[in-house]
Amino acid sequence: MIPAAFDYVRAESAGHALELLAEHGDEAKLLAGGHSLIPLMKFRLAAPAVVVDIGRITELSYVRDAGDHLAIGALTRHRDIEISELVGTQAGLLAAATSKVGDPQVRHRGTIGGALAHGDPASDIPAALLALRATMVVEGPDGQREVSSDDFFTGFLETTIGEQDLLTEIRVPKVPDAGWSFQKFNRRAQDWAIVGAAVLVNGGSCGVGLVNMDSRPVRAAGVESAIAGGADAADAAASAADGLEPPADLNAGVEYRQHLARVLTRRGLEEAGA
Amino acid sequence: MTINGTLVSLDVEPRTLLVHYLRDHAGLTGTNVGCDTSSCGACTVHLDGEAVKSCTVLAVQADDREITTIEGLADGDVLHPMQQAFHECHALQCGYCTPGMIMAAVSLLDEVPNPTEADVREGLEGNLCRCTGYHNIVQAVLQAAGGDGGGR
Repeated sequence: MIPAAFDYVRAESAGHALELLAEHGDEAKLLAGGHSLIPLMKFRLAAPAVVVDIGRITELSYVRDAGDHLAIGALTRHRDIEISELVGTQAGLLAAATSKVGDPQVRHRGTIGGALAHGDPASDIPAALLALRATMVVEGPDGQREVSSDDFFTGFLETTIGEQDLLTEIRVPKVPDAGWSFQKFNRRAQDWAIVGAAVLVNGGSCGVGLVNMDSRPVRAAGVESAIAGGADAADAAASAADGLEPPADLNAGVEYRQHLARVLTRRGLEEAGA
Repeated sequence: MTINGTLVSLDVEPRTLLVHYLRDHAGLTGTNVGCDTSSCGACTVHLDGEAVKSCTVLAVQADDREITTIEGLADGDVLHPMQQAFHECHALQCGYCTPGMIMAAVSLLDEVPNPTEADVREGLEGNLCRCTGYHNIVQAVLQAAGGDGGGR
């Protein structure tokens, strides 16, 4: 399969990428690691007239200790996050979720920002960042803005990133003493999750992000408030699927996904020490 | 780009995939196209020393970079240790997945020099063998690692 023809432009810096987006408008798509966009282009589900390659902007590839949070450049590759000692010790849930993305070859190319900008509810990364209460930094024509992970995902493959915006940084609160668990249920090693649960337990509160349980990445808010109210893991997990509308496909129907969400959330809460 | 140590410069359309660049333009047909959807790993090559799936990389993304294909592993007539181990352990049946398996396995040992069997199985999760000949493949990678199988 070969993508439809397009013009290729390489951005040399974040500022240059913003200029190119302003110049080409809605005809342009940003290419980071390419492991979401290139498959879509090969299937011709996406056919941008202009591809702006931001994959060589090294200034957006980093993991830094920024006091109360980690600052992660949007173009940091999954592999670099997976093996980052800083991420492993300060936000182990993100390292664990990242290590479950695709396979080693995919993780050598794919980036955290690319996975987030794609906005896929079946992706592992958003669930972990929702549980961790991360913040995304987006730059656009009107300057920089911070978007909470709760407000970032707006629909199926849709985010708050506008056509002339660039996701530049992900800010992840440091939680070195928190318990965590990433539960991914799939049938074959490299598959997408049929359902997944990212669980963070920090003192008496918890964060639960779910994979593939709605049209967009979501938190299990009912579970979080139940834990905050003193419920045990089993009772809290019973509400994991409440109010959510998971998809039905070859792998699982709606009811089975709801069942998986409850089971995986319970296992996650128990493993994380709730 | 530099392919197996040789500078190769060709003009291609931006939509040209790296695997097609290697096979159709550079004439290196050792790299196979399998699923064409970045699942099976048959097209695995090294980009700056790391395993990637060349069906999901544009040739222009590899501009000015170092590519190693299965043809670039051996030193003249002397097989790479991983190739030798695949040979000795009979780690292939039909052979279609073999170039990708070997490239993924070499990259794995770069990152985990003394893997356990579980490390090898997990590290090769991106490569499918439709003959299901995984047992001997795993044995070959452990032999090539030359360690005690006890972990990194």
